[in-house]
This record gives sequence, structure tokens and C-alpha cells, in this order.
Amino acid sequence: MKKMMCLLALAGLTASAAHAQKSAAVQAIEEYRAMLADGNPAELFEAKGEDLWKQKRGPKNASLQQCDLGQGPGVTKGAFVTLPRYFADTDKVQDLESRLLSCMENLQGFDAAEIAKTPFGKGEQNNVTALATWIAAESRDMTFNLPQVHAKEQIAYEVGKRLFFQRGGAHDFSCASCHGAENLRIRMQDLPNLTKNPGDGIGFAAWPAYRVSNGQMWGMQLRLNDCYRQQRFPYPGFASDATVALGVYLGVNSHGSKSIAPALKR
Amino acid sequence: MKQQHKMALSLVCFALAAGCASVPGSAELDQLTAAIVKSSFSDKGIVKASVLDTDEVIRACSAADVAGKPLDQEVAMKLQAAQFKTIKWPADGNYLGDWKAGEKLAQSGRGMTWTDKADTANGGNCYNCHQLDPKEISFGTIGPSLTGYGKTRGVIADPTSAASKAIIEYTWGKIWNAKAYNACSMMPRAVHKGIITEKQAKDLMALLLDPNSPVNK
Repeated sequence: MKKMMCLLALAGLTASAAHAQKSAAVQAIEEYRAMLADGNPAELFEAKGEDLWKQKRGPKNASLQQCDLGQGPGVTKGAFVTLPRYFADTDKVQDLESRLLSCMENLQGFDAAEIAKTPFGKGEQNNVTALATWIAAESRDMTFNLPQVHAKEQIAYEVGKRLFFQRGGAHDFSCASCHGAENLRIRMQDLPNLTKNPGDGIGFAAWPAYRVSNGQMWGMQLRLNDCYRQQRFPYPGFASDATVALGVYLGVNSHGSKSIAPALKR
Repeated sequence: MKQQHKMALSLVCFALAAGCASVPGSAELDQLTAAIVKSSFSDKGIVKASVLDTDEVIRACSAADVAGKPLDQEVAMKLQAAQFKTIKWPADGNYLGDWKAGEKLAQSGRGMTWTDKADTANGGNCYNCHQLDPKEISFGTIGPSLTGYGKTRGVIADPTSAASKAIIEYTWGKIWNAKAYNACSMMPRAVHKGIITEKQAKDLMALLLDPNSPVNK
């Protein structure tokens, strides 16, 4: 993997004309992605997630097979593309990861708040990521269709929209600074316009994803967390109302686009 | 009995969902969002939650973005005038520093995230959004291309003309506080918000306006 990155960097250095250089680099990256797509390392996390779903774990020594992700207890197929949505038992709009926390607490006896406070990549957080990866994979190639029926779902969309356009921090950035118009780029990185449906497998429809650049599996919560970090915002709580509402805004805007999660990313 | 009670409650909830409860008005949604921001974000590393307590111009622009309408012209002029007052002009009348230091600063996008240290040297973030040196192919497109900035504006040909003086002052002000000229500009207020120093602003000025800068080659 490292060798290929070096080759990419070399290709970037040696090409002469700016335009030719760009297309060569883009092409090399696309080839690299296609090569990895034959064996996306996300599959390992999928397998781990499926095991975790069925395994008896936690203080109550129970599996997650009775967890209701919105399609009824234990139904995993098609659940991901309707999340975040309202859940009557918690009286909250929840995304996949916050819903998994509820199930881990109620069914298995884990402390949801404790897991939410655990840093990414540590302890039970790794299990939440693996579970989210598998649940997402259960809806692969299905189209996003988030419900906007319950008042709380509609309110979450409106709050999410306000969060998307909220400027702040040292640099006055909002999500919209980078994702509010067409054909924007930071350096060489193309930025999707997330104020509307950006298309199949783009933006909201691409996470969870395996990140080649750091060899990590990222769920949507970590994706949003890292956006906020780069935006110079303070730290958004895991499964916080803000990140869930933002997910509703992005998810509803992606209505009708095909999920490719778990995807493969730079 | 307990079960029945629960059932009745959930029926009430259902009725609420189906029609009684409605989405609140815009002002209430703004308040709810502010409350959610308060409860969701916290201090981490060098970034304090208080950086979201923004000033008037930022609040006005966020609201305009949500509404999908530009700011009222008169309001925008007023806000810009207030931002303009924050700009400090070089005491020695010298606007241009070292373009090489400016290029280095323009390349860096570091600083002020919660994974940065307090002593991390802040970058200017310029190439993230702008094209500058034409030999640098990795540039962003959120801002306009600044390649040839001094040359195409006639500053290189005649740096002491009245027209050049106006451009030099505008460029200085824009780097200091971009919102002084366009209230809802996407550009950070680099010196005003303490991202870069006055000396570094001079280096960026040189990158844009020095005849020897690659930007003007």
C-alpha cells in the first residue's frame, strides 16, 4: 500500500504540464481505488460487525438480534437507508450509531454514555464502528429514503440545516463554506455540494468508509467529527443532537441516491 | 393496567405525531438550534466552545445562508463599515514583506484545530482555496485564482500610481479582515481573528504584489 502511495507521489512530481499532471494523478488514484475495490478492507469490519450483532455480550450477556433499527426487532436489511429517523421508545431522532448505543444499553446492559465518551478507535467504539459497517452493508445499493413524517424528524431537518450554515470558529467556516456550491475544491480534493442530492454514493451515501490514507474504518459520526475539526469548531459529542440533526439534513437531501457504504475513500 | 396506560400514552404520542404537533416557527427553531449547539459542543485541546459565540456579522450571514437570500444591501454596508474599522494600516507605510516567507505561509493549512498545539505555527490556508504560483498545481477553487495578481492589476508596471495605491490598500484590508469588503465573504478574517500576524500579512502582500514573486512571473 505504501509503495503505491510513493508511486502516486512520483507520478505527481514527474508529469510536466499542469493539466496533464492533474489528469494523470486523478487517473492513478482512480486505478488505485479500482484495485482496492476488489478487496475493500471494510469487508473485515463487516464480518466483525455481523459477529458482534449475533454474539451474546455485555453485563446482560445478550445479543443485539432484538435491536429495532426502525424496521422491527432484528431487521437489518434496508434499515440503514432510512436513518436517522424517530424512535418512539427513546422519543428521539437517532442515527445508526446513536441507535446502536441505545440497543447496546437496553439489550446488553452497556453504558451508552460511557461508550459515547470513549475516543474513536478505542474499546467499545471499535465495536460500534464494526456494527455500523455491517448494518450499512445490509443496505448496499439501496436508495436513501429517510422518513420526514414525525414532527421531530422535521424539526431535526430544520435544525440540521441551521447547523450546516452555522459559521463560527477562528476561521468563520461553516459546512457550507466547502459543501455549499458546485465544483468546489480544497487543493486537489473535490467537494460535493451537500445542500442537495450530490448523487449515488457521494457524500452521505458513502459512509461508513474505509480510509486508505490512514487505514481506518470511519462511521458517519467520525466523518462529521473530522469535518468539524478541520472547520476549527469545538468538539461535537458522539451521537450528540447536533451531529444527528446534521445527519438528518444530509440524509434527507440525499433522498433517492444509492448507498455504496461501506465505501473506500482516500 | 400498566400496559394499558402505556398504550394510551403511545396513542397520544401518535396523535401528536400525526397532526397536533407541528414544526415550530423560524425563531423557535433558531433558539432550539442554539440550545443544541450549547449541549453538543465542548472544549477540546486548544479549541474552546466559546469560539461559537460569534459576532454580529457572522450571525447575520449564517441567518442569510439558512434563508437562502443575500443580506439586505443596507445591512451589509453597515456591517462592512464596522469590520473596516478593525483594520490597522502599517505605521511605516510599508506594505510588502518577503514573498518567499509569504509562499511558505500560503502553503500551510495548519493551526487552530483541536489536534494542533498552542504553539503550532498557523498557516495562511491560501492554496486551500486560491491558485497563486502557477507552478503549484494543487490549489483549491473556493476563492478566485490570484495568479498574476499584481501584474494583471497594473501594480507591477506602476507601483506608485493612485490606482496601484488603491489596490495595495484594498489587498491589505482584505487580508486583514475580508468581511470589511464583503460582509458574507467565505474568506477568514486572517489578522483580525489572530490567525496570522501583521508581519505575516506583509509577506502575503509580497507574494501577491512583489515583481519577483512567482505569482507575477
